[in-house]
Amino acid sequence: MSNDVPTELKYTKSHEWVRVEDDGIVTVGITDHAQELLGDLVFVELPEVGAEFGAGTECAVVESVKAASDVYCPVAGEVLEANEVLADAPETINQDAYEAGWIFRLRISAPAELESLMDADSYAEHVESEDH
Amino acid sequence: MNKETVLNQTHREMGARMVPFGGWDMPVHYGSQIEEHHAVRRDAGMFDVCHMTVVDLRGERVRPFLAHLLANDVGKLKTPGKALYSCMLQQDGGVIDDLIVYFVADDWFRMVVNAATTDKDVTWMRQQAAAHEVAVEPRFDLGMVAIQGPHARPKVEALLPPDLREAAMALKPFSAAHAGDWFVGRTGYTGEDGFEVILPERETPVFWRALAAAGVRPCGLGARDTLRLEAGMNLYGTDMDEVQTPLTSGLAWTVAFEPAARDFIGRSALEKQQAAGSLSVFTGLVLSGKGVLRGHQRLFDGDRDVGEITSGGFSPSLERSIAMARVAADSGDELTVDIRGRQLPVRRVKMPFFRNGKACIDL
Repeated sequence: MSNDVPTELKYTKSHEWVRVEDDGIVTVGITDHAQELLGDLVFVELPEVGAEFGAGTECAVVESVKAASDVYCPVAGEVLEANEVLADAPETINQDAYEAGWIFRLRISAPAELESLMDADSYAEHVESEDH
Repeated sequence: MNKETVLNQTHREMGARMVPFGGWDMPVHYGSQIEEHHAVRRDAGMFDVCHMTVVDLRGERVRPFLAHLLANDVGKLKTPGKALYSCMLQQDGGVIDDLIVYFVADDWFRMVVNAATTDKDVTWMRQQAAAHEVAVEPRFDLGMVAIQGPHARPKVEALLPPDLREAAMALKPFSAAHAGDWFVGRTGYTGEDGFEVILPERETPVFWRALAAAGVRPCGLGARDTLRLEAGMNLYGTDMDEVQTPLTSGLAWTVAFEPAARDFIGRSALEKQQAAGSLSVFTGLVLSGKGVLRGHQRLFDGDRDVGEITSGGFSPSLERSIAMARVAADSGDELTVDIRGRQLPVRRVKMPFFRNGKACIDL
C-alpha cells in the first residue's frame, strides 16, 4: 500500500480528501491512510442526494470488519451525487481511495472554507504526528 | 505501556498492524482481515495466543477442588488428555471467566484462561484452592499458538517434537497430548479443526516462522473475532461478564446441574434464577439487508425494546452481518435493530452460523 499523498487534493484532520472541481463543486472521499487504518470495508452509508451539511458534521459512515467510522463533511454544502458503486462494492475504497473510491460530490456554499483545509505536505505531517 | 508477547517483533517483521488489546500490543491483521479469515476456513491460519495464560493446578485433591470451582463437571473427564469448556462463577452466578481445563494426570490439571482476566482468576483460584491444598501456578514461561483450518494439523505435524507427533495426530477433538514442555490440544476458537500448541516461550518465534514457511497464514485478532462469531462462540467481557450468568449468555449447556450433590460455586444462585423464570434468551441474529450489526445496538419487537446485541459484525463467510444478542424470552423471531436511528429487519437464528467450512443457517 502506498503512503503517497496526492498533491492536487486538500485534506482534513479527520482524514477526508477534497478534490476541487469546476463551478463550486467538490468531490470527497477518505484518504488511503484512513482506509488502511480501518481495514477491509464492508459497508458504506452514503449521504442522501439533496441533503445539506455544515463543515465538520457527520454525513456518511464507513464500516470495516472492525468498526464503524464517521465521515465528516469537509466544507459546508449540498450533496449532488453519492457514489452508488460503494453500495455493492465498499472495498473499492480499499483498492482506490482517491479515484474510484470517492464517496460524494458537494455543491459548496462557503468557498472560503476551502482555505482552511490542509495541503498534501501538511496532511502527511499530520499523519506522521498521529503515528507517534 | 502495553505488554508484549514473545512474538511481538516477529509480527512487526511480518507486516502486522498492531493495536492495543486488553493491555497487550497485539496484531489485528497482516494486511487483510478478510483474507486471513478465509485462509482459516479454507486452508490453515495461525494466531498468537501467548497473551492467554496457562495455569497448572497440582495436588492430590485437584479433582474435588475443580468440582467445586467450575460450573461444568470435571467428573466428565475420565481419561487423561480430555478437555472441558467451563465457566468459573462468583457466588451470585456472575461469570469470572470462561476457560478450557485439561485432565493431564490424577494430581495435575491444566487450564487456559483469558489474558485480561488472568490476575483476578489466579487470585480467586488461590483463595478457593487453599482448603484443598492445590497449588495454582500460572505458567508465564510458556507460549501458545493456535493453528486452525481444514489443512492445519498436517502442516503442524512435522514441526512438533518427534516424540509428540504420533500422539498429536491421533488426538480426537477436545483432547490433548504432551511431551516435556510441549502440549498439543485439538481445540480452538474458530469453528474449524486444528491444534492449540503450548510450548516453551523461547522456542515460540522459531515455531511461528516454521509454520509460516509450511504455508500457515499468520492471522490477527480481527479474523479471530469474525471466526469465533460465525462459530457461535462467546467472547468473555462482551457476551458474558460478572453481571450475566451462563443461563442468560447461551451457556446453560456448560452448566452441569447433575449430579445434584455437586456443590459448585454459583449453583444456588443459578437454581434461584432458573426457578424465578422468564430469563433473557441468548440468540443469533442475521441482518437481512445491508449494514453492520454491532455490540450495544438496541433490538425491538414491534415498538417494544426487547434487548441488545452483545457482539456483532460482518461475516466474511456468509457475506452479511450477524450478531449475538440477549433478548426478552417472549420476543418474536422477526425483530428490528436500531442502527443510527434507522430501523432495519433482523431475523433470529440458532447458532452456530458457520462451522467446518459450511453454513449452519439458511440465508
